[in-house]
Amino acid sequence: MIDLNIVWYVLVGVLFAGYAMLDGFDFGVGALHLFTKSDEHRRLMLNSIGPVWDGNEVWLVTGGGALFAAFPEVYATVFSGFYIAFMLLLVALIFRAIAIEFRSKQPMLWWRRMWDISFSVSSIIASILVGTALGNIICGVPLGKDYEYIGTFLGLLRPYPVLVGLTTLSLFMMHGSIYAIMKTEGELHDKIRGWAKRAILGFIAMYIITTIVTLVFYPHMLENMKKYPVLFIIPVINALAIANIFREIHLGRDFRAFLSSCVSIVALMALFAIGIFPNLVISSPDLANSLNIYNAASTKSTLKTMLIIAIIGMPFVIAYTISIYWIFRGKVRLNDTSY
Amino acid sequence: MDVVILSRIQFALTTAFHYIFPPISIGLGVILVIMEGMYIKTKNPLYEQMTKFWVKIFGLVFAMGVASGIVLEFQFGTNWATYSRFVGDIFGSVLAAEGIFAFFLESGFLAILLFGWNKVTPPIHFLSTILVCLGSLFSSVWIIIANSWMQTPVGYKMAENGARAEITDFWAVVFNPSSMVRLSHVLSAALLTGATLVLSVSAYYLLKKRHEDFARASFKISIIVALIGSFLQLGTGHWSAKVVADYQPAKFAAMEGHYEESAPAPLYAFGWVNEKEERVDFGIGVPGMSSFLLYLDFNKPVKGLKAFKPEDRPKKVNWIFQSYHLMVSIGMGLIALILAGAFFQYRGTLEKQRFLLWIFVFAVVAPQLGNMLGWVVAELGRQPWIVYGLLRTSDAVSRSIDATHVWASLIMFSLIYALLFSLFIFLLDHKIKQGPQISHNPISDGGKQRA
Repeated sequence: MIDLNIVWYVLVGVLFAGYAMLDGFDFGVGALHLFTKSDEHRRLMLNSIGPVWDGNEVWLVTGGGALFAAFPEVYATVFSGFYIAFMLLLVALIFRAIAIEFRSKQPMLWWRRMWDISFSVSSIIASILVGTALGNIICGVPLGKDYEYIGTFLGLLRPYPVLVGLTTLSLFMMHGSIYAIMKTEGELHDKIRGWAKRAILGFIAMYIITTIVTLVFYPHMLENMKKYPVLFIIPVINALAIANIFREIHLGRDFRAFLSSCVSIVALMALFAIGIFPNLVISSPDLANSLNIYNAASTKSTLKTMLIIAIIGMPFVIAYTISIYWIFRGKVRLNDTSY
Repeated sequence: MDVVILSRIQFALTTAFHYIFPPISIGLGVILVIMEGMYIKTKNPLYEQMTKFWVKIFGLVFAMGVASGIVLEFQFGTNWATYSRFVGDIFGSVLAAEGIFAFFLESGFLAILLFGWNKVTPPIHFLSTILVCLGSLFSSVWIIIANSWMQTPVGYKMAENGARAEITDFWAVVFNPSSMVRLSHVLSAALLTGATLVLSVSAYYLLKKRHEDFARASFKISIIVALIGSFLQLGTGHWSAKVVADYQPAKFAAMEGHYEESAPAPLYAFGWVNEKEERVDFGIGVPGMSSFLLYLDFNKPVKGLKAFKPEDRPKKVNWIFQSYHLMVSIGMGLIALILAGAFFQYRGTLEKQRFLLWIFVFAVVAPQLGNMLGWVVAELGRQPWIVYGLLRTSDAVSRSIDATHVWASLIMFSLIYALLFSLFIFLLDHKIKQGPQISHNPISDGGKQRA
């Protein structure tokens, strides 16, 4: 009963969950960036993600490539249907990358301030946009018979998707603040610790609101769990992970808090994936036009080839990722190669 | 203007802008491997200084490539959704392979290359430099395979409803008739692109009598790389033209402005294609020379544009003709320049050739221009097809977007890229004027005291 289509649903999910977990904290660091005031503190923030943000973004690129390969109909429908939203996301990602690279290259105050703002604002916008896209998938978007999106850009900015977008931002701010605690020391560390506590509370509040709204207005997100009650373990894990973040922060065990935050992000992605399964894009109001893992998929032969590529490639990817994080472990220090 | 032409302009703009950077990364990557390898071998601090300076330039170039590159992956979906549905089964998997095999490797080890000087031992740092270089190489392999499949599609069958091409043989897709020749042509061009940047900066320092030891050593390494690149260019260029003539005869005919249905094809040095009268005006060339270069026979007939139905011919014949001829001229000019540079380098009198050095300073734009023109020939020459013989460009565009959308994004990209390009040049210029730093921080001392 587990076929290639399901395997690819999970693999694409793994790539996007990896993306949310990794780029999530550097978006979060970006969102908090303007709260720091001195140039040294801002450099510390920037350099805490300096060696890793680019690799983190590759999870998005590869996730997009995998979606294109495994479910081309989804890739085509979503990217062309959400045209303006994706263009805004691209602008945000471009300015983010450039801000990180350019900021340290000139000493002028206006130059640094310009890139500080650009880095922070683009991180915030990108977080909200990513979440809004997921929110739209949950509540469904109007698709025609040929699976083409027939709505408008403003149609994507309904209250629920925007709520999910803001919840995503609060999640990333929490995640990023915990990462920043882990990477900093002294005065800045203590300051961020205060922010992290507020960020965690903020996220919990947003999360509860979003969950209630989802259960009331989009009960279809629960159907698969009702069918397979064992899956209720995931919201339980998520609740425990979130509770544990609090505990570990309180005990000053920052790395464990960060791991719990990672678990929580993966659990949230899993809840999303279970909720919409086997659909990838839910069509609303005309449910029959939804794209699912069968009508949107590539041929068996491509899915099989891709699986071989993934089996060869992913161990390397995981090995690189772990080595890079290992090499750049510990508190961030500024030197002549820093941003 | 309609969605198709606007989307084409946008794709051309974003791709051309992006393509300024990856060839520099690939070529400069190879040069970095040589420089750092020399440092590891000789322990001469000069090589360390060179490596560190060029790594900084590499970092800047790479960041521009990353920022502009993500647009390209999204753009197949945003503007060319029908194309994406049609080719996802084949093109998508090649793109995903690029992500898994190349991008992770590149971006991961780039961190060590840029920030890891004090974190790892010199051999591990050197290994990272090699891996970044390999990553950019792998990336070019997969993306050229993807584009080559669009030029010479094989290893697929059409779905029963005709809505998409389905893969039948993955290795046939990988080794499609044009992939290896185009890859070799692109890579040798990248060597040349990276090398001319190093040559340009070195020549500038030599002329200004600054950082002379640094400049001499950089020039010496990169002139060798450039020499190799330029001769490979010549060979792969010839082979490439032959593959085009064999598999995309309409493109070849447009490149030479060859209209006669079946006649020996001339080789023009210059000319102006009169598309209305279907002939080349003011053409200076050798009759039958193209036939000779392709088949070693001056009288062998080559299919001309009239052999194709008007709707199956590339439209912008003069654009293709001029781009192709200009590219070839630039290539020949570069070979001459690099030979001259190598000659005086060998004789040890390079620094007296001030005029030649000034040409080297400005020659950095020549391979860039050549790269752009080459892609114009490749892509305009494939028209009216997006996938040669299978899917027309006019049928490939997204159906859910309209011209206003694309106008908005096109204007936005134009403004952003103009800004980014100016800033890039400003920062690059600043770095070059600043010059290499005398290292107070050898790789081996842990560097902690400068924290």
